[in-house]
Amino acid sequence: MNSIKFLYAAYIATWTIHALYIGSLVRRYSRLRRQMKDLGK
Amino acid sequence: MKKAFPILAVLTAVLLAYAFYQAMFVAPTDAMQGDVYRIIYYHVPSAWTAFLLFFINFVASVQYLANAKPSTQRAAKWIVIAIGVAGAIAPFIPQVRQQLPTGMYPSSVATTAIIIAGLYFLVGRYFPGQSLDLLAVTTAEVGVVFCTIVLITGPIWARPVWGIWWAPGDIRLTSTLVLWLIYVSYLVLRRFSDSAQTQKLAAVLAVFGALDVPLVYFSIWFFRTQHPQPVIGGGGSIDPGMLHVLLISWMAFLCFAFLVCWSRYGLEKLRREVEEAEALESLLEPAGHAAPSSKAKIPLSRGSR
Repeated sequence: MNSIKFLYAAYIATWTIHALYIGSLVRRYSRLRRQMKDLGK
Repeated sequence: MKKAFPILAVLTAVLLAYAFYQAMFVAPTDAMQGDVYRIIYYHVPSAWTAFLLFFINFVASVQYLANAKPSTQRAAKWIVIAIGVAGAIAPFIPQVRQQLPTGMYPSSVATTAIIIAGLYFLVGRYFPGQSLDLLAVTTAEVGVVFCTIVLITGPIWARPVWGIWWAPGDIRLTSTLVLWLIYVSYLVLRRFSDSAQTQKLAAVLAVFGALDVPLVYFSIWFFRTQHPQPVIGGGGSIDPGMLHVLLISWMAFLCFAFLVCWSRYGLEKLRREVEEAEALESLLEPAGHAAPSSKAKIPLSRGSR
């Protein structure tokens, strides 16, 4: 059935959004850690 | 607590993998929709998780505003107790019971009212002072992520089943989109406002925004809509095998949301520490040597980023 593609699309979309958000959290964390390190110097 | 994070992360990953396996290979195939219905195992748990996060955001925002004065703090506590007691008793009164929509059980209404009151006091107990604002921004941001998933997986499911991507004017769909827009505007306000009142303004916006959550949830009871009836506590029905997998999937998503919230909360805390340290450094620098960088100009009260 062709509709199975929609199922895969939904699951892939879900995990792509979560991965992008977690990626943004990691990026923000590393930027803040760098800023904190600069302040400590 | 920090040591618990990797252990919980591994457990959550295992639970998510198990939920995926159950959703794809164990749950029975729907006789009408075929396999595409399995989107329910991501769409519905994401929606429930988003609602829960927005509700926690609402509770934190109300408490943040109420804590401004001891008198409002006391009044809010008594109002919540009254809501809890009235909500637990009223659904069992025959006249009120008759008014409940078909499929809505008095025990579910009573339990919800007690949980609402309990959550209010739990949040107040474990998130004192500024932590309430940290919790509010955390739950709003993570809630928007889950709501985005609902708005994307919904049309992907609707296309093969309804034949259309979106039903314009449908109350369930439109109110969900409005809910998403309200919380996106909440995050935009916090990101770009430099005012000392940002946190208070954001809390007020969150309180009004949260009014859309019951509208989204109950819209399928009170209005004619393309969207199917709720699968739990509503007029809809679901195979026990499917319900079992749906609940496993929701548990997995709840654990995942908890971990993401934990990380976002820590990030917000760190961001405020950096801002405070920068502000302190700019104050301690001798006059004439003040750094012209924009970092030093960031006010302490600024919203989240």
